[in-house]
Formats: sequence, C-alpha cells, structure tokens
Amino acid sequence: MIKNSLLLSLTLITAGLMIWGCGKGKTSLTLAGSTAFQPFAETLADQYMSSHPDIAITVQGGGSAVGIQSANSGAAQIGMADLVVLPEEAKALTATIVAKDGIAVVVNPQNKVVNLSTDQVRDIFNGKITNWEEVGGNNVPITVVSREAGSGTRSSFEQIVGNINLKRDALIQDSNGTIRETVANDANSIGYLSHGLINEKIKALKVDNQECTTESIIAGNYKIVRPIYLLVKGSLQGEIKNFIDYILSDEGQKTIKADGLLPAK
Amino acid sequence: MKLIGEKGVKRILMLTAFSAISALLLIALFILSEGLPFIFNYGLTEFLFSSDWQPHLGKFGIYPMIVASLWVTLGAMIVGAPLGVAGALFLSEYVPKSVMNLIKPTIELLAAIPSVVYGFIGVMVLAPIIRENFGGPGLSLLSASIILGIMILPTVISISIDSILAVPQSYREGSYALGATTWQTIHMVIIKASKSGIIASIILGMGRAIGETMAVIMVAGNSVNIPHSPLDSVRTLTANIALEMSYATGLHRQALFATGVILFVVIIILNSIASVAIRKRMVKR
Repeated sequence: MIKNSLLLSLTLITAGLMIWGCGKGKTSLTLAGSTAFQPFAETLADQYMSSHPDIAITVQGGGSAVGIQSANSGAAQIGMADLVVLPEEAKALTATIVAKDGIAVVVNPQNKVVNLSTDQVRDIFNGKITNWEEVGGNNVPITVVSREAGSGTRSSFEQIVGNINLKRDALIQDSNGTIRETVANDANSIGYLSHGLINEKIKALKVDNQECTTESIIAGNYKIVRPIYLLVKGSLQGEIKNFIDYILSDEGQKTIKADGLLPAK
Repeated sequence: MKLIGEKGVKRILMLTAFSAISALLLIALFILSEGLPFIFNYGLTEFLFSSDWQPHLGKFGIYPMIVASLWVTLGAMIVGAPLGVAGALFLSEYVPKSVMNLIKPTIELLAAIPSVVYGFIGVMVLAPIIRENFGGPGLSLLSASIILGIMILPTVISISIDSILAVPQSYREGSYALGATTWQTIHMVIIKASKSGIIASIILGMGRAIGETMAVIMVAGNSVNIPHSPLDSVRTLTANIALEMSYATGLHRQALFATGVILFVVIIILNSIASVAIRKRMVKR
C-alpha cells in the first residue's frame, strides 16, 4: 500500500511539473467554433506558431453556436462562426470577416439539369417541385438531401435562398462529406455543400445562371455565399489582434484561398 | 509477498465493483437531471406525441422518431430473429459438435465488426440495390432493418445455442424413442424446452438494435418523418441525439437529453423483460 501511494504521488508530481513546464513563458490563445473553418484555423495557427514560438494556439471545433457561446463566456478568446446573420448573443462581440465560403447546389453528374433559379431551388427544398421533369430533367422523383438542424451551412443556405421550410421526407446527413457521398451515389438527388468540397463525383448547378466558381463568387455574381466571422469579446488588442491581422495578411489569405475558401476581400 | 492482506483484496474488489455501479448511477442521474426539467416544462404529451421537430422554431416533438425506432427495431427482428434462431437450431441439432465449435465463434466475430463498417456496407452496397430495384432514396427503413438484422445475429445465435444445448439430452432421447424425427423433436421438444432462452436472446438482440446509432445514421436517411412504407427514410431516437448534439445549445440541447431519457426508459423496459425471461428459465431448471 505504502509503495503504491508513493509511486502515485511521484507520478502526480512529475505530471504536474511537466504541465507547469509547458505553460511557462508562453501566451496561449484558444479558438473555438465553426467546423467549416476549423481546418483552416489549424493550418493558420501552425504557420503563425512557427514564426512566433512564444505563442501557443489551440483550435477547437463544436460549431458556430459553440463559437459564439465560448467567445461570450471567455472559454475561448476567439470564436469562429459561419452564419449569414449573427444571432442576438453575438451583437456584443467584435466581429471580423476573415473569409467567405460559397455554398454550391449540387446534383449527380448523370443529371442533365444545369441551371436552377432561386425560386426553383426553394420549391425543390420545400417539396413543391418533386420531379426533375418540372425543371427540365428526366421524369424521375427528386431526392432532397439537407443538413441537420443547427448546422451553419444549413442555416446560411436557408437564409440566403429564403423562406425554406424543408420538406419532411428530405434525407438528412451530418456533414459536408456525407452529403457529397449521398449525392454522388444517388442519381436523383440534390444537396448543397461548401464550394471548396466540390469534386468530379458531383456536379455544381448554376443558380440564376451564375456559376459557383471562385471567380464568380469574388465578382459578387453568385449569390449563395456566407461570411466566416472571428468573434472577440471587447476590442481587438494584443496577441489576439496580431493573430487576426496575420489571417487577414496576404500570406494568411493565400493559405485560405489555397485550401478552398475565398479571401475576405 | 503479503503486501495486501485478505481484507485489502476484498476492499479493492468492492471498490472496483462499486465503480461500475456508480458509473451507471452517474450516467442515469446526469441524463435525468438534464432531460427531465425540459420534459416537465415542455409537456410530456406534447414532447412524445407531436410530430413537429423544428428546433429553430422551438418545436420539439419526437413522435416520428419513436415510431421510427420501433419500426426499425421490429424490422431488425423480422430479419434477424428467424435467421438467428434457425441458425442456432441447425448448428446445435443437425451439425456435429466439432463443426459447431468452429462455426459458432466465427459467427460471434460478426459482433467484433465495428458498426461504422456495417453502415459503410449499407451505404455502398445495400442502399443502391434497394434504390435501383424498389425505388425511393435507398437510405431507408428497409436498409436500416436489414443491416441491424445482421448486426443482432451473433447475439441471437449464441444465446439461443446456449439455451438449446442446455436442454437435457434425456429429452431428445425420449423423443427419438417415441419414434419422432429430428424435426419433430426440434419443434415439439427442443423449442418448447428452450423457449425462454430463445426469447431472451431475441430481446437482447432487440436492445442492441434499438440502441445502435452509427450504422443507423448512415443507412436510414434521417428524415424526421413518420414512415408510410419500408422505402421511406426515417430517423431513430439515437440518430436524433447523435446528429444534432454537436450544434445544439440551450433548449435544443435539453430536448436531445430528453430524447435520451425516453430512449433510456425504453431500453430499461426491454432489459427487464429479458432478465425476467432469463430468470424464469433458471428457476425451471
């Protein structure tokens, strides 16, 4: 018994020393929120830390709602949110747009439809249009695929397209990746996802005759675009300001663009 | 080495045993404390029997998911129970013991396959087959039932075999002595004698089916929808919690915990039925 407790306390002391040693002399910064921006934030944080060894940046996911919550509560210094309209709770926070993300309406490559109007997109997701024939495709039923309630991509999509009251039998998938798989597997399906994730297995539709491409989004032609916000409690200062400035710098924006998001300006 | 005495061992074992029980208690308390206030505030009947699940509008009705969970579980039973019981009867009555000892562990390996793999096979193989041959989106009640039916096979088969083997050899000999064939012996003697064990195996399989999450999320399509045919997409109670937990805050989050409370109650009921059935068998022997 005595031996065991001795060993235990030794382990605890060592662990304590290690933790203390790690934190020593470093400023730490935590980002939390949007899972869409999380991988970008991680890359940016790695790059920033390699040039600023005295700063430790931790990036956590959790979703836009968590981003707003933790920026408010102080659990994270910077919250990440990818919503079109920030909710009431976020009004008190300082919001900086660091990137933009287009939301593409996607179908299976076998589908011969290439263009839909915003009204048609709305009617399809509301269940008013249920057959591809009504919008110029083959005579087959439409399978609507959407995201789960609470997803930033879904709320942005629904707000921009407007008046969407998703039809009941729409399939629900819980990530951009599974939406892509579902649409790639089902010739009759339609879904939406972050424009950086389009690949050859799916086809992005034109919306109101505007293509969903990086150029078209930057030119402001393609309409379904959401901003990505970094939220900070109080004013921007110190290390927080330095890091956000770095993200907005040419180098930071280049990283964002290289990995499929759009620069803020 | 007498570092720890007899009493010490007893204490350590007691502590370990209680840690398992206290984990259960903690989980139960946590779910109840997070979920029950919501149920009382929102209204139990409204929560259970309304079919509107629109968290952003503050509508939380889980009726479609309760219905879906029950249908998916029933479907899994329809697929898994006959296959499992027939397999168990075949292995224990028709096949030499040495062969059974080889096949039984192999079937039990099915239980070692992670559920995400079942889901993946469902999405990649089963759903397209259903979509092309029967129509609908493919991700449906039917595909969830088939996948879950296969997933519960090891539970049903191995517990059924155990209870069939527990039937005394003298019963079989008696039956054969009266001139019964193997099949007559099976359905007149063996099944009757091992009935409670077989039922227990099916109920345990049912517990597994209703609690399964990952595979169901992948193959069921997850629409909040009361199914009208096996080809409709559905969302089960477990899928609802797992899908929306990562984004939920406030009332929405509480509603998900409340969904957990309902699921917890359903599973407790199923497990108690199973343990009563098993206990009955023990008493009989």
